[in-house]
Amino acid sequence: MKVLVPVKRVIDYNVKVRVKPDQTGVDLANVKMSMNPFDEIATEEAVRLKEKGVATEVVVVSIGPQQAQETIRTALAMGADRGILIVTDQDAEPLAVAKLLKAVIAEESPNLVVMGKQAIDGDNNAVGQMLAALLDWPQATFASKLEVTADKATVTREIDGGLQTLDVSLPAVITADLRLNEPRYASLPNIMKAKKKEIAMKTAADYGVDVSPKLKVLKVTEPPKRSAGIKVADAAELVGKLKSEGVL
Amino acid sequence: MPLDLDTRTQLIDGVRRFVTERLRPIEAQVAADDAVPDAVLEEMKGLGLFGLSIPEEYGGLGLSMEDEALVAMELGRASPAFRSAFGTNVGIGSQGLVMFGTEAQKEKYLPGIASGEIVTSFALTEPEAGSDSANVQTRARLDGDHYVLDGSKRYITNAGRASLFTVMARTDPDRKGAAGVSAFLVPRDLAGLSVSKPEKKMGQQGAHIHDVVFEGVRVPVENLLGAEGEGFKVAMQVLDKGRLHIASVCVGVAERLIADSVAYAAERKQFGAPIASFQMIQAMIADSKTECLAARALVLETARRRDAGENVTLEASASKLYASEMVGRVADRAVQIFGGAGYVADYGIERLYRDVRIFRIYEGSSEIQKLVIARETMKRGG
Repeated sequence: MKVLVPVKRVIDYNVKVRVKPDQTGVDLANVKMSMNPFDEIATEEAVRLKEKGVATEVVVVSIGPQQAQETIRTALAMGADRGILIVTDQDAEPLAVAKLLKAVIAEESPNLVVMGKQAIDGDNNAVGQMLAALLDWPQATFASKLEVTADKATVTREIDGGLQTLDVSLPAVITADLRLNEPRYASLPNIMKAKKKEIAMKTAADYGVDVSPKLKVLKVTEPPKRSAGIKVADAAELVGKLKSEGVL
Repeated sequence: MPLDLDTRTQLIDGVRRFVTERLRPIEAQVAADDAVPDAVLEEMKGLGLFGLSIPEEYGGLGLSMEDEALVAMELGRASPAFRSAFGTNVGIGSQGLVMFGTEAQKEKYLPGIASGEIVTSFALTEPEAGSDSANVQTRARLDGDHYVLDGSKRYITNAGRASLFTVMARTDPDRKGAAGVSAFLVPRDLAGLSVSKPEKKMGQQGAHIHDVVFEGVRVPVENLLGAEGEGFKVAMQVLDKGRLHIASVCVGVAERLIADSVAYAAERKQFGAPIASFQMIQAMIADSKTECLAARALVLETARRRDAGENVTLEASASKLYASEMVGRVADRAVQIFGGAGYVADYGIERLYRDVRIFRIYEGSSEIQKLVIARETMKRGG
């Protein structure tokens, strides 16, 4: 069974994001970039499937700048077998990403796609669902547990108020939630060996997909600064304040 | 061979992440328990940290000295006790074997050392032999196809967990000084070898040192490391490399102390302003940063020269001397910048202040480094 894992290069989750002065986007100059944490979880799950003998090959694909090679290397160091980088200079929108992935899937014919439920930069939570629709494959999003057999996947999903368990027939698209697993630290020997694994370099044009933006960003702003709080003397004053502020 | 830039960056990023996410959060616990948790030791093994300096053909990473130094600097950002857990495998406990071992010895031990399955210790220091390392009194007497070891060793790092010791012992009692000393690979399980309870130390709780006593320990002749009488040469070459590793750790600890100081100075307010805005605080930050940069440059330059095959005995000693003294000053200033908080255990600064004190003493005290530097400088004529 072949598993495809799409991974995205995003601002490292530890970095405090700064908005560009002209409000056109986020300042990426000299900022540490890493693999999207949900994609790391997806990669870990795929590698575990391989270690269990369920999957035979794990292929990672990234769409982004040249430097997204580093993100692919990280996945290879964790245990993925090979990578595909589709180089684009601009940040591809979810629909373009889904179309490119569909084209990759046409070539690679994986039995399963495991991917992060969303990237922590755009927080769109869109590509997995769009990809399943374009492929007309079953989807199971927000997976917190995954069991895979030859022809189906049993997926526990985190939903409002509890857990839902679905059986989906393969091939299918699964998106990973936070609690699916705790990703490993790539060992230092595996980081060194990852250098020898293959990464195929492609462009969007190779797949005949138009990645020009369809959405227009009007403005990006910092969240409003929190103003200082006030102290109240007793419960009665608190209730009064809450009423006068219209909270109660 | 040094790593290419991409691989090096990934390696350093991987170590930094492990240090930040796994080691830093449990520093206080390790100090309080005086133990690194087994689960963390297992993670260190899984990560490959025990094999940093073991050649690739024996299952290690075979890092160049420059890459090893960069990794050691990252590890220096967490309590030095963590590094000590695998420090002997990377440094003094394994390098004699790497440099002087026979093929059979290497095949027998190096894969286990690289994986962390075998923990190693280096047993040179004795009650009467520390800085005067040629004054080794432990005896090794040839008896048929065995050497019989008698004597005791002091302050041996990781002896409690070690399953293999590199032991310096006198094979020729008639030759005083260095020429009569040989090196041996001594497995822990040989009869007559005993390890004392750990010493109570000033700092680096979680890392342990012990006395090791040899009473008629019969070591097979094939466990002689290098030729008879070559022990001192083995010890000195091992220490040469170890000094660069220790110097790198000093730089790492200093970088961490400076980062902590800067963060604290930006938040701590006095006279209505962050103390970072006061010039006397800034002067301390500037002194620490400058000295730390100088040490970093010296260590990395020396590491690159060693990788290029040059003799760096002088420069390795200079690196160890300068970096260990530097981190002592940086730690002292960090306590000063933190003020009262620097003296209180909760902030961890006083702990690092105690931890770094040993760097000026072990693997050659500052005074010994100065003797080496002066001797080598005069030998070179300048």
